[in-house]
Amino acid sequence: MALIDLANPTRFLRLVDRVLPWLAAATVIAFAIGLVQAMNAPDDYQQGATVKIMFLHVPAAWLGMMGWSLMSVAALGTLVWRHPLADVAGKAAAPLGAAFTFICLVTGSLWGRPTWGTYWVWDARLTSMLVLLLLYLGVIALYWTAEDPNRGSRAAAVMTLVGALNLPIIKFSVDWWNTLHQPASILRMGGSAIDSSILIPLLVMALAFTLLFFTLHLAAMRNEILRRRVRTMQLMQAQALQEAAI
Amino acid sequence: MNLGPHADFIIASYAVTAFVVAAMVAWVVLDHSSLKRVLGDLEEQGVTRRSRSKGDA
Repeated sequence: MALIDLANPTRFLRLVDRVLPWLAAATVIAFAIGLVQAMNAPDDYQQGATVKIMFLHVPAAWLGMMGWSLMSVAALGTLVWRHPLADVAGKAAAPLGAAFTFICLVTGSLWGRPTWGTYWVWDARLTSMLVLLLLYLGVIALYWTAEDPNRGSRAAAVMTLVGALNLPIIKFSVDWWNTLHQPASILRMGGSAIDSSILIPLLVMALAFTLLFFTLHLAAMRNEILRRRVRTMQLMQAQALQEAAI
Repeated sequence: MNLGPHADFIIASYAVTAFVVAAMVAWVVLDHSSLKRVLGDLEEQGVTRRSRSKGDA
C-alpha cells in the first residue's frame, strides 16, 4: 500500500483495524516490562525512592511535547496541502497531548514537594509546560465549539503553529534561565547523566507511553472519521426530509 | 519494596497517572461504540453516504 493511499479515509480505517490490536498488545507488554523494571530500579542516592516518579513524569513530558509537534505537522498538512487526514490527526492528538501534559504537571508537582520542598514555583520550565497545557485546552475549545468545522479546523491549525513557538522555550528554558528545575540529563551533549540501572527502565517506560500514545491516537483518529461520517449522513437525512416536505 | 518516607507522593503519582490513562482508554472505547451505534441506526433508516455508491466503502 502506497503512502498516498492512506489519504483515503476508508483505506486508512482498514489499516487501523489491522494494526490497532497489535499496537495495543505491544503497549500492554511494554508497560508490564517497564513497570516491573521501574519498581525494581534502585533508589537514587539523593532523592531516594521518589526517583520512581521520574518513570512517569519524564515520558509524560516528552509525549506532551511530541503531541504538539505532531499537531504542528498536521496543521501544515491542513493549511498547506489540505490533506484529508491531517485535520483528523490534529484534532485526535489534542486531548491526548493535553492528558500527558497534565500527567507531567501533576507528577512533577508531587515529585517537587519532597525534593524541592514545594509543589509549584513559577520557574521557566514549569510555567512553559503550564502554558502548553493551556494551549492544548485552547485548541480543543476551538475544535469543539466552531459552528463550521472547516473554519474551526483552520483556526486551530493556525493556533497550533503559533503555539509551536513554545516548544523550544520548554526545551531550552533550563539553559536560558536560572530555574529550580534541573537541566537536561538524558538528551544532552556528552551523553546521559543517569546510571543505566535507572536509565533502562526509564527508556522502556518511555517506549510504553509512546506506544500508548500512538494506540490511542489511531483509535481517536478512527473515531473522528466515523464522527464526520455521522455528521455527513445526518445532514443528508435532514436535506432529504426537507425536500420531501416541499 | 520499601518506598521510604515519601511513599504517599509516589503512590499518588502512579494513581493519578493510572486514572488519567484509564479515562483516555474509556473515552476512546466508549466514543467508538457510540459512533458505531449511531452509524448503524442511520444505515438502518436507509441513509447512505454518496461516496459509498462509488464502491468506496
